[in-house]
Amino acid sequence: MKTDSTTLQAPPRAKTARLRFPPRRPDPVAITPAPTPAAKSGRRGQTRRRVLAVVKHVCLILLVVVALYPVIWMLVSSLRPDGQIFSNPSIIPTTLHWENYTYGWTALTKPFSTYLVNSLLVVVAAIAGNLITCSMAAYAFARLKFRFQKPAFAFMLVTIMIPIHVVIVPQYILWSQLGLVNTFWPLIIPKFCATDAFFTFLMVQFIRGLPKSLDEAARIDGAGHGQIFFRILLPLMTPALATTTIFTFIWTWNDFFAQMIYLTDPKLYTVSIALRAYIDAQTSSSYGAMFAMSMVSIIPVVLIFIFGQKYLVQGIATTGLK
Amino acid sequence: MSIAELSRMARGRGGPKARQKMPDNKPALVFLGPWLIGAICLMIGPIIASLVLSFTNYNLLQPAKFVGFDNFIRMLSDPRLRKSLEVTSLYVLISVPGQLLAALLLAILLNRGLRGVTIYRAAFYLPSLLGSSVAIAVLWRQVFGAQGLFNAMLGMIGIHTEISWIGDSSTALGTLILLHVWTFGSPMVIFLAGLRQIPTELYEAATTDGANAWQQFKSVTMPLLTPIIFFNLVLAVINSFASFTQAFIVSGGTGAPADSTLFYTLYLYQEGFGSFRMGYASALAWLLVIIVGAATAILFWTSKFWVHYED
Repeated sequence: MKTDSTTLQAPPRAKTARLRFPPRRPDPVAITPAPTPAAKSGRRGQTRRRVLAVVKHVCLILLVVVALYPVIWMLVSSLRPDGQIFSNPSIIPTTLHWENYTYGWTALTKPFSTYLVNSLLVVVAAIAGNLITCSMAAYAFARLKFRFQKPAFAFMLVTIMIPIHVVIVPQYILWSQLGLVNTFWPLIIPKFCATDAFFTFLMVQFIRGLPKSLDEAARIDGAGHGQIFFRILLPLMTPALATTTIFTFIWTWNDFFAQMIYLTDPKLYTVSIALRAYIDAQTSSSYGAMFAMSMVSIIPVVLIFIFGQKYLVQGIATTGLK
Repeated sequence: MSIAELSRMARGRGGPKARQKMPDNKPALVFLGPWLIGAICLMIGPIIASLVLSFTNYNLLQPAKFVGFDNFIRMLSDPRLRKSLEVTSLYVLISVPGQLLAALLLAILLNRGLRGVTIYRAAFYLPSLLGSSVAIAVLWRQVFGAQGLFNAMLGMIGIHTEISWIGDSSTALGTLILLHVWTFGSPMVIFLAGLRQIPTELYEAATTDGANAWQQFKSVTMPLLTPIIFFNLVLAVINSFASFTQAFIVSGGTGAPADSTLFYTLYLYQEGFGSFRMGYASALAWLLVIIVGAATAILFWTSKFWVHYED
């Protein structure tokens, strides 16, 4: 057995690893029957495998329930009167106490719709900024030749790693000198400067995967860089653009740090900041309303998740975005 | 006249070299314009400014005063800084392996030709999208409060307690670690993608050689997965050092109880934006960069010993 494990890492096998066929699932245990031992115990092996699969599914379903329990419980609790929330750990809906929602909607100085609109404004602007400027930068890095290309690209990569906390103090000073604290601009302008280097990198990788002959053919036909970018590459980049859109949406929607620092005027509060204000404003007796508004705040993320799952998974798998 | 000569003539005197050295920068400047402005005004500028500020006292109102190394000297004897470093290291050291282990286990469980993989994957992934939101932090506050869901569950199995897990300084950090582990979905998806890259032939060969499931895992899956583990590890360490929202919401922005959830970034925020000690906050930011940089460097160094690259 020991020799087996060493031969497993022998060079010839390693070479087969490089022959990459279209992605497929390594699936030796569940589908491919093991040659000798299983052939003998044919039917018994099959039932055993079936039992194993059932056990596996039961375990996984249990795990899913555990993992999602808190969120489901929050949903159910948001429809319970306050008195019942604390005593009832079950996720079986008992009441439909919509009053939590109507009360929560108006519990702060502004109706909750104000905060939703504010968040949406910031999110939409951030998406537009990232889509436009990151794709432009990516085109330059992937297809153009220019001076200082290598150091510029390296710097772009480094900015992915730099924690926001290093630059937040000087950035705050900058925005406050410009008189833009308590506006949405400090949250929006950076997105129009391609500061989310993740996405630039994602798109660079994507463009590099597109055949260069496309550009060259267009150039022979007399297309300039603008036309090549807009007419040829951009339409082909849809998956990368979709991933960028979805991640920008979720990150900006969930963002708390930057929004809290720049937005202190209650009428500019985004959903994140408004929820935090709930904690400060309410006593623990109004958990129902707080849960209700928490649910409202995560619904957009859940919707985006449901409809954009394909691009989300692609994005994470290729670049390791969160 | 040969073609080579012709083309040389066409390019003109000294043409080819000059051309090669000076590519046309204009289109690049247009396409990179926004990024360049951002890189200079929002990155390089602030990085330099932050470095300069770390040698000053500045509170936004009065002009900055140069104080030399005072901020850094103060760090040496700052008990809250020491506490925040302890809290953050503990958090990183436990939550990162915990999260990755959960991710790896589930990825392996989900990988073997299971029906409904996409549904499971989606269900496990959802928490990592919600995990950084204020809503979930609000929920966590309730779940681990004195009369929260967690205690109610314990009550159902006969353990009656009124402990506030959030309010007790020995357990508060634990709840935040649990929250981080709960977001195992995103590394899990990366692991799943990595597992799919492992060629089936290797498993077939291993089965022919008589290797059982555990041996296959040990000798095929694990070695080929180490680059992905490493990638996830680096990402997770960097991300968890920067954790902020959850500790802020759960502790009400204070790091309470008894500074037991005083994450480094939370302390930085308090110094910079609570007390407006911008100079000290900048110095703290640089210490964070050094720590994260060192942690990453150490990880890269250790990778020689355990990350298996095929070549």
